[in-house]
Amino acid sequence: MGEIIDALAIALKAGIGFQAVFLALLAIGINMQFGYTGLLNFGQIAFALLGGYGIAISVSQWGLNFWVGVLIGLLAAVVLALLLGLPTLRLRADYLAIATIAAAEGLRLLFRSVSATPVTNGSRGISGFNSGFVELAPWDTGRRYRLLGTFWSGADLWVTAVGWTLVALASLLVWALVRSPWGRVVRSIREDEDAVRALGKNVYVYKMQALVLGGVFGALGGMIYAVGTGSTTPDQYQNANTFLAYAALILGGAARVLGPVIGAMLMYFIIQFADSGLRSLTENGVIPDGLLTTTDVAQIRFVIIGLGLILLLVFRPQGIFGDRREVMLDAR
Amino acid sequence: MPAEPTPATGAHALSATGRAGGPPQRLAQAALRDLPWEVGVAKPDPAIVVDGVTRTFGGLTAVSVDHLEIQRGGITGLIGPNGAGKTTLFNLLTGFDQPDGGTWSFDGRPLGKLASHQVARLGVVRTFQLTKALSRLTVLQNMLLGAQGQKGERFFSALVPGLWRKQERENTEKALELLRRFKLDAKKDDFAGTLSGGQRKLLEMARALMSDPKVVMLDEPMAGVNPALTQSLLGHVKDLREEGMTVIFVEHDMDVVRDISDWVVVMAAGNVIAEGPPESISQNKAVVDAYLGAHHDAALTIEDEDRQLAEADAIIARDADGGAARAPRSDSGGTAR
Repeated sequence: MGEIIDALAIALKAGIGFQAVFLALLAIGINMQFGYTGLLNFGQIAFALLGGYGIAISVSQWGLNFWVGVLIGLLAAVVLALLLGLPTLRLRADYLAIATIAAAEGLRLLFRSVSATPVTNGSRGISGFNSGFVELAPWDTGRRYRLLGTFWSGADLWVTAVGWTLVALASLLVWALVRSPWGRVVRSIREDEDAVRALGKNVYVYKMQALVLGGVFGALGGMIYAVGTGSTTPDQYQNANTFLAYAALILGGAARVLGPVIGAMLMYFIIQFADSGLRSLTENGVIPDGLLTTTDVAQIRFVIIGLGLILLLVFRPQGIFGDRREVMLDAR
Repeated sequence: MPAEPTPATGAHALSATGRAGGPPQRLAQAALRDLPWEVGVAKPDPAIVVDGVTRTFGGLTAVSVDHLEIQRGGITGLIGPNGAGKTTLFNLLTGFDQPDGGTWSFDGRPLGKLASHQVARLGVVRTFQLTKALSRLTVLQNMLLGAQGQKGERFFSALVPGLWRKQERENTEKALELLRRFKLDAKKDDFAGTLSGGQRKLLEMARALMSDPKVVMLDEPMAGVNPALTQSLLGHVKDLREEGMTVIFVEHDMDVVRDISDWVVVMAAGNVIAEGPPESISQNKAVVDAYLGAHHDAALTIEDEDRQLAEADAIIARDADGGAARAPRSDSGGTAR
């Protein structure tokens, strides 16, 4: 029983840790692009990579101020969104999907390539760039703090607090936007862009705005992840994270302001709970060794997530916050 | 077709307008009454002028219109068999497709370089053959999307509700007024995706009217609509004319076309083959040919048939004698006979 409570506490920590913030920000961006505007961005992680490396390269390699690094990261994300959007947003939805997935994989490989090593330090990555950020914490970052039955380092607590503030601000921005006439236009574009064109709206500009905004959220997520881990390596930014963010979004409910936030928290909670719960069950012999060993747990937790998602789509396709009537409508 | 309008049709048209209409209808129809029934005839007050517009898809010429003028304030019906290029012409005029060449203008302003949304902003608003209701928005939100010049649709002003609240309220009032007219006000908070096909047509037309258009282009507004609703849709289309709008519509139902249009343009195989008031169209040989095929218009007499068969036999016999033995003579004869 004690192990289960421990596992719960660890899972709770994961559910509100900076990794969950990272996933939430990726998912908020995807929600803006896919949930509201209908844009298929399958390379959200590329924006996170640019955010994280924007800080890392600026601070560690170029010796710039931390906040200049933040600015550079955001700017890089905007540029990437424009580059991806310019040629593809006039075309059908699938072209953006292809371009973004290629960009995400291409950028990761570029950043870990030998020729980029002088700037990105190759596959070993960059570290030691977050001290400027951590020392801003109003509490002693050297100590450990007890919170909800788990221990947090002062630095983690600071990154997490700033992260959730960012999530709150991003959610507020999305909320303000989607309730406005601007939000009505982008949701209409999701339904049928020709109808929107016929009513005199410049669909291309709206799609670009949504793509850039979502990309900026992704970059912020990447920054939180980078200062949280204290280092950036290209392989942190595997494109699987994009799809994990999609899963979180669908779990929480697409086209809902809090859908991606709750989805991301729950996703990390479930992953971590499955992991530590199964691990303790196998260790004290409740699950026999013949069925499951501790080394299998890392894989089996994703099987559990997948099974959970399938059940979700069967029994609650709208996610946690979604409106079932809305999801059940024929898209056209 | 060179024929003058007969006095009978003219009188009929006059009496019909006298009963049904206010001043705008009488104006458009009266203005068009004395025009010759010729393809490309100049209208007294054209809203839209099309010159030499062609559009080919590979080897197929979908649209090739030499000259066409659309009278302002009138209802112009665009008819033609399937594949005649009516919808393609709509797409070209509204910027949804680019032609291979040609010019077209609205109120003297060329539209050739404009994107679809710019055309719409000038006041030329269209609907679609396959209705485009925005399913997961409510009926009222669908309507509000149609309003033009909304401050809250700009990214940064969207974040300051004070800038657009008042305008939004005014637009909502206007939308509710239109919804009442189209008898959709009870549905205003339902998702548009839950409406029936006919209601969607109504919604799409009402949404187009939210933009205060000058020209309304309706692509098969009555398709798939039950007869009772057709009458109400027809009434709405006539109302547009009463309000001074120019209406162009594609329709297959000739009763509807006869009922509401002031002028009819007939297309076939991409070309305009006839124009004229609705009464003139059913008498037009080119139109009958286009719909029914050119060579099935007169029944053969027995003598004619015999004579044609004899001619065919003679040709076959000549071919068989002159050429190689590629087709056995008995077979050809048998087929012909």
